[in-house]
Amino acid sequence: MSWPFPTNRTGPSRRFRGSGLNYKEPQNVNRLQLTFIFLGSLVLLLIVAPLAGMFLDTTPTQLFETARETEVQDSIWLTIYTSLAGTLVFSIAAIPLAYLLARKQFPMKKLVTGIIDLPVVIPHSAAGIALLGFVSRESVLGKMGSAVGLNFVGHPAGIAIAMAFVSIPFLINAARDGFAGVPLRLEKAALTLGASPFRVFFTISLPLAWRNIISGLILMFARGMSEFGAVIVVAYHPMIAPVLIYERFGSFGLKYARPVSVVFILISLTLFIVLRWLAKEKNSEIVK
Amino acid sequence: MLELRNISKRFDDFSLKEVSFSVEQGDYFILLGESGAGKSMVLETIAGLVAPDSGKILIEDKDVTYEKIQNRPIGLVFQDHAVFPHLTVGENIAYSLHGKKMSREEKHEIVKTIADELEIPGLLNRKPGTLSGGELQRVALGRTLIQQPACLLLDEPLSSLDTRLKGDLRRLLREIHRKGQTILHVTHDYEEALSLATRIAVIDKGEIIQSGTPSAVFNHPKSEFVAHFIGMKNFFPVKLVTTDQTVVAYTGNNIPIRVVTDAPGGDGFILIRGEDVLLSVKPVETSATNNFRGTVVEIHPNAGGVEVTIDAGIEIHALITRESVEKLGLKAGNTCWVHFKATAVRYINK
Repeated sequence: MSWPFPTNRTGPSRRFRGSGLNYKEPQNVNRLQLTFIFLGSLVLLLIVAPLAGMFLDTTPTQLFETARETEVQDSIWLTIYTSLAGTLVFSIAAIPLAYLLARKQFPMKKLVTGIIDLPVVIPHSAAGIALLGFVSRESVLGKMGSAVGLNFVGHPAGIAIAMAFVSIPFLINAARDGFAGVPLRLEKAALTLGASPFRVFFTISLPLAWRNIISGLILMFARGMSEFGAVIVVAYHPMIAPVLIYERFGSFGLKYARPVSVVFILISLTLFIVLRWLAKEKNSEIVK
Repeated sequence: MLELRNISKRFDDFSLKEVSFSVEQGDYFILLGESGAGKSMVLETIAGLVAPDSGKILIEDKDVTYEKIQNRPIGLVFQDHAVFPHLTVGENIAYSLHGKKMSREEKHEIVKTIADELEIPGLLNRKPGTLSGGELQRVALGRTLIQQPACLLLDEPLSSLDTRLKGDLRRLLREIHRKGQTILHVTHDYEEALSLATRIAVIDKGEIIQSGTPSAVFNHPKSEFVAHFIGMKNFFPVKLVTTDQTVVAYTGNNIPIRVVTDAPGGDGFILIRGEDVLLSVKPVETSATNNFRGTVVEIHPNAGGVEVTIDAGIEIHALITRESVEKLGLKAGNTCWVHFKATAVRYINK
């Protein structure tokens, strides 16, 4: 009965309990912290152990050989540029939407917010099936593409759409938080200084929400690069890195899938660390 | 120049009721009211940030009630200055010059002139995060003045500053006004109002209760609220004369009143709280340096006790207890002596 309830012996006296002022942290909390630290370590282990295992099982020679394969290089390059293109193209519409969500009240706003989160909760293979119908030759978009000689299925453009579909909530939510954090008064002040609403958006709201938007762009880009389920349905070929890893595993087994995975992870990690670092540099410049 | 006609606006828990007043060219108009009285709301309505339910706003005889915010010829300085944190001081001040047909050098020149006027020429390349409250307020003022607004709207511009900075900024505002700028300034501080205003309006619960010159409003408060809010019935315009030994304020009819102040000589106001005025029926020796003989004009019970009005060349109101009135046997027409200490007199520089 003594845990987690403080007793008179180890905890604060009845008189002071909850008074806030003389309340000494009882030892029980430390035991609680220890328990939580133990449980937390298990979670970290779950993440780190398989990755570390994979890295340790791959020799530098294997890595080097794999990195030199044209197929691997092509797939990684394809993954990076399709995700980047999807992120940049869709951000043009996603950032204004985030602004509306942060600033305006409108009918069925909750529904819109829910719709934006949909890609996060539906299975991505299902998302891929849905997208396939949407971009296939028979669809409106597909026909429009065909008219200019573009077939989305099996094309980098289709891959970019699939990546954007699953990753766009990250950008919208981050940008919305960013815009919500810009004091309304600053926008009002800019209006009273004769600026048009467009100018206010580009010179006040956007720069002040930039930190969150950059962070959202990086997240969206990262999430797009790691997408597998939706992309494999829309485009098995050309092969993005996650699909290539899956194919090597299916055709040749674990031993052959590992080095590609390690190379891809290393490149992704380097890319994000550099992006984060650049974003931080830029932001500290804005604030100071 | 700026006229509000029956402006009304309803919110869930607050409303502006038929607010009307007009600010003339060259006025320093102060809208005086407690916090929550609707002062800021009035300014935001004039600026166009809030649309009124009914009524009209005219600026230079042009109806701007539904004009776009960016097209109104006014400049609003926000209470917390709202200086853009990501732009330098220079960029903040130059913000409204965007799209104006002038060269980069001309813009730079204008920004420099404004910065000199506001005594912040050294700050142009600094980011607002590194500035003090007083400096930020000057940047906000400069950013607004550069637009040459027909009317400058100030929302509690001094409230976030300490006493010394308040004095500096008051001096600056007076200077801006002296150069011909029409100003509408809202505040809850009657000292600010006395110190700066050429005209005053008192607002309470979204309604204008009284407006007029400072003397008219302070000497003849129209309602209990105004009297209570202003809190000072003993209010006199004076001319301050300082010598080595004494500081004396002369009222309009040359009654000398001793005061304690560091202010230099010149025009101003004095205020004496009714509670600080002592009455006696015979001349008595006290530490008070201001002693006058006068006649009781009126005895008027009010919430805090009894208010006795004495004519001693100037009308002085004393707030005393009912027992004291009986003890002294005060009646209208009686002769009596008025005493108050020089330290009980509050002097406000004009």
